[in-house]
Amino acid sequence: MTTVLKAGEVDLGTTIMAVEFAGGVVVAADSRTTTGAYIANRVTDKLTKVHDRIYCCRSGSAADTQAVADIVHYYLQLYSVQHDEAPTTRVAASLFQELCYKNKDNLSAGIIVAGWDAQHGGQVYGIPLGGSLHRQPFAIGGSGSTYIYGYCDSAYRENMSRDECVEFAKNAVALAMARDGSSGGVIRLAVITEGGVERLFVAGSDLPRK
Amino acid sequence: MSAIGTGYDLSASTYSPDGRIFQVEYATKAVENSGTAIGLRCKDGVVLAVEKLVQSKLMVPGSNRRILAVDRHSGMAIAGLLADGRHVIKRARDEAENYRDIYRVPIPGKMLTDRIGQYVSMHTLYSSVRPFGSALLIGAVDTHGPQLFLVEPSGVYWGYAGCAIGKGKQVAKAEIEKLKLDELTVAEGVKEAARIIYAAHDENKDREFQLEMSWIPVANGGRHQPVPPEIQAEAEQYAKDALLGDEMEDDDDDM
Repeated sequence: MTTVLKAGEVDLGTTIMAVEFAGGVVVAADSRTTTGAYIANRVTDKLTKVHDRIYCCRSGSAADTQAVADIVHYYLQLYSVQHDEAPTTRVAASLFQELCYKNKDNLSAGIIVAGWDAQHGGQVYGIPLGGSLHRQPFAIGGSGSTYIYGYCDSAYRENMSRDECVEFAKNAVALAMARDGSSGGVIRLAVITEGGVERLFVAGSDLPRK
Repeated sequence: MSAIGTGYDLSASTYSPDGRIFQVEYATKAVENSGTAIGLRCKDGVVLAVEKLVQSKLMVPGSNRRILAVDRHSGMAIAGLLADGRHVIKRARDEAENYRDIYRVPIPGKMLTDRIGQYVSMHTLYSSVRPFGSALLIGAVDTHGPQLFLVEPSGVYWGYAGCAIGKGKQVAKAEIEKLKLDELTVAEGVKEAARIIYAAHDENKDREFQLEMSWIPVANGGRHQPVPPEIQAEAEQYAKDALLGDEMEDDDDDM
């Protein structure tokens, strides 16, 4: 399995996460993109829209994950035209998984899919390196996530409100950015509910300190 | 339908001058000669029922089934040529499996029907094939609840609350129209379906028939399955009693 980056490949050495709450989901990510030691982009948006109310958080190779997200975006556009209704988060996650699993030997992509649909409400799916699919109440990913497993397991509570979830995500990503050399910059978030998508931003100078 | 001898009825890829495709109309005739098939979309599920005409007493009961499963949540009933219907159902099964492989969820009734409609329609466009001599009732329970569709030999399809095809469709339609389908449960629907098939059966023309029924109750996780034998027996008894009651009423009228 070649999940190692090629020489000079753009890496999303990253911290990404997604959290479910009663009426939707919160997705969050840092903004650092690197080529080796060089920060290619310090304000990257790793939260990518694949449908009106479905986002994916991308980690791994920037090229691979962009390509996969583009393909899924296309499939979901087609789906909503053919079915005359929006796809569910589950369908989107299945499409991601299919691509990640079938091409596992050629991809380095760790993706979190999160969104809201009328059938299931807010949902989070994790798709780690091998292409497996995991439905989770919250998911963390990327190189920075290894530093915050303990924090997340301890700080996560069931039935958190929207604002509590936003705070949880901000704190977790900020802690990872503090320890992980490949994560940093700003925190980008999105709150996805029935009402739509609200994008939030935390500047590098306003990161929460604990 | 005076197409014979004109040459316009030899291929499905040739129109008659007045814009008809006779091969498709002949295929429709094959459906009209078949045993009656009905579908009821009740408030909590779908019921499919067919009057399976038995050609020979030597036939094993339960053979040559006209209602078949497509996926866990959907089933189809065949009216017309059995072999053609089975071929279309094989295709439906492939489509259902293919959809599951891609989206990891059961195929919605509407999508299944659309794909089958396209497949059937393709067989009205080429001179190398003949149209299917069967119409198909498609029952499914999906995220939108109970669904019922009918695909005709031309490939057109419509969604229905209740519908009937085959020999006894006039009688059956008249009976279905009297039902309040959005208040009817599948348990009641099975009884009514049995009664309607018995009422639509023409004793003088066809002597023997078997009633074949399946249902997709939402309560059962929306699974398509044959109606359990004891419930079917109960429904058939109800049908026979209802028929007998009607006959006695007729006798009263005579007096």
